[in-house]
Amino acid sequence: MKIKSQKDFWSGLMFIVIGIVFAVGATNYSFGSSARPGPAYFPFGLGILLALLGGLVLFKALVIEVEGGDPIGYWGFKSAAFVLVAVVLFGIAIPVLGMGLALPLLIIVGSLGSGEFSLKEALISSVVITAFSWLVFVEGLGLTIPVWPTFLGS
Amino acid sequence: MDLLNNLALGFGVAFTLTNVLYAFAGAVLGTLIGVLPGLGPVATIAMLLPSVYALDATPALIMLAGIYYGAQYGGSTTAILINVPGEASSVVTAIDGYKMARKGRAGPALASAGLGSFFAGCVGTLVIAAFAPPLTELAFKFGPAEYFSLMALGLIGAVVLASGSLVKAIAMIILGLLLGQVNTDVISGVPRYSFDIPELTDGIDFVAIAMGVFGFGEIIANLSKPAEHREVFTRDVKGLWPSAQDFKDMTPAVLRGTALGSILGVLPGGGALLSSFASYTLEKKTRGRPGEVPFGEGNIRGVAGPESANNAGAQTSFIPMLTLGIPPNAVMALMVGAMTIKGIQPGPQVMTSDPQLFWGLIASMWVGNLMLIILNLPLIGIWIKLLTVPYRILYPAILAFCCIGLYTLNNNNFDVFVGALFGFVGLAFYKLGCEPAPLLLGFILGPMMEENLRRALLLSRGDWSTFVTRPLSAGLLIAAVLMIVIVSLPAIKSKREEAFQDAD
Repeated sequence: MKIKSQKDFWSGLMFIVIGIVFAVGATNYSFGSSARPGPAYFPFGLGILLALLGGLVLFKALVIEVEGGDPIGYWGFKSAAFVLVAVVLFGIAIPVLGMGLALPLLIIVGSLGSGEFSLKEALISSVVITAFSWLVFVEGLGLTIPVWPTFLGS
Repeated sequence: MDLLNNLALGFGVAFTLTNVLYAFAGAVLGTLIGVLPGLGPVATIAMLLPSVYALDATPALIMLAGIYYGAQYGGSTTAILINVPGEASSVVTAIDGYKMARKGRAGPALASAGLGSFFAGCVGTLVIAAFAPPLTELAFKFGPAEYFSLMALGLIGAVVLASGSLVKAIAMIILGLLLGQVNTDVISGVPRYSFDIPELTDGIDFVAIAMGVFGFGEIIANLSKPAEHREVFTRDVKGLWPSAQDFKDMTPAVLRGTALGSILGVLPGGGALLSSFASYTLEKKTRGRPGEVPFGEGNIRGVAGPESANNAGAQTSFIPMLTLGIPPNAVMALMVGAMTIKGIQPGPQVMTSDPQLFWGLIASMWVGNLMLIILNLPLIGIWIKLLTVPYRILYPAILAFCCIGLYTLNNNNFDVFVGALFGFVGLAFYKLGCEPAPLLLGFILGPMMEENLRRALLLSRGDWSTFVTRPLSAGLLIAAVLMIVIVSLPAIKSKREEAFQDAD
């Protein structure tokens, strides 16, 4: 059988898998009865429904002809990786290194994702954005964000 | 006159110096972020949420409303100037607005969008003030069955408006509802889908999802597009004021757009998007004066109408949120989230228990609209400057603000990781052609829907027919089914696809 729409094929599959995972997961909790629905009642029903809808999407993807095959296209994994890794690094760094170092880290790694990286620009951005964030979020709005690395003492 | 008394109370709250300042700050921030290409109101509000954490409930909501209008307006500015609509509801503005800009008439286009929006905002405020109290009365008659059916109607309504496949949009809603199930069950106290991660027992934070999918996801999507040459019409924005003929042309369009938007905004699932599409279609069908610029070539009615409509719709979409506690779209879902953070349970009781907040918010919507007009028309030059900053410099700043926002949600880096995960998920949705807005709405409504469903079943002793035997509930469900049937009709279906195609 030939896939007629790549996008729909994969999204259908995604819905089916997620639906089944939730429905199976729900079996860990008490189902209850219609008169006394338990914690599993709603998610189980929804999971099944999602899997059914996913099946419908999948079926259509295999049957209905779409012009050009609806390809998913270029994912841009490289940009995605830089941006998301930068965010994760920020998450790891912020409690330990504080905003003063975590933000430049985020900005420099994140900037690598654009494909036209310039160290000078990234450094300038880091300084400007970090200073601005400190001024607005820490000084101005009084949010509690660690600013300096913990090993430098409080 | 209750209406006048209520509005007077509201304006009393809204016109205190601090609240005016917050409305102002919100409008400036909202416009500032909203003007950045590719950032719509949902991402903007999610990103700016931390800025209101330290505030009291009333100023916080006033500021958020300001941010919302600012973001909305910023979106139209980019639509007109660089043909990049910041959000779905200004997609139609780009059609004629950008053409006007290319013909050197960016000024009148921007001014007509601004003036039209302001007029629509004034009317919308009055509509809310007039209709919120009676609807609140109605809301008190609602039992769990009615609430469930109303939410079902709202979700279906949201789906009908999503572009692309109807089945996929419904699946996205259900996915959202399921993600909302990651929490501690309210009735039995059992933690669900938490995998023994303590942070997950409180549920996934909706801001983390919004920021991941709409913030990070959109950044990545933008980066993966080939760098296109953007033309910005900086030099040409000189004559801002529309000519007398422009005024003559746009006035009826503004009036029609406002009326349409005010009505459509109240509908569950309605709001700005539906209103602007409907208004553009209406303007296209309405015969203009002879010798007018054709549509799609820079007709001022094609800008003024949809812009008024989306602002009126944005305004009146507060009605279901304020009276029933049910958000009709993703932006309102964020507002509900913000209210909950501030310890206010949105719903019919807010008006009586917190009249200052309720009427203050309504009055400040008008103030926010006023701010936009006095702020944006003179400052348009600054926003245009911002558009000339290359994306490679802009997006790290957006990333930084998003990350700070995520961290400060709970002063915990867990939300940052969740945001990153949903950034990837958002990219997958984008690539697979699944629209994420219905997911967020489903996510917010999920727990509410479950609670009401289970309570309704408990009350009816497990009899599902309770949803169709209670007249109000039955009516709402019938409306939901009708909506699905109508959009599935071949004639309407092709029209709908055509409307979204026009937009592309």
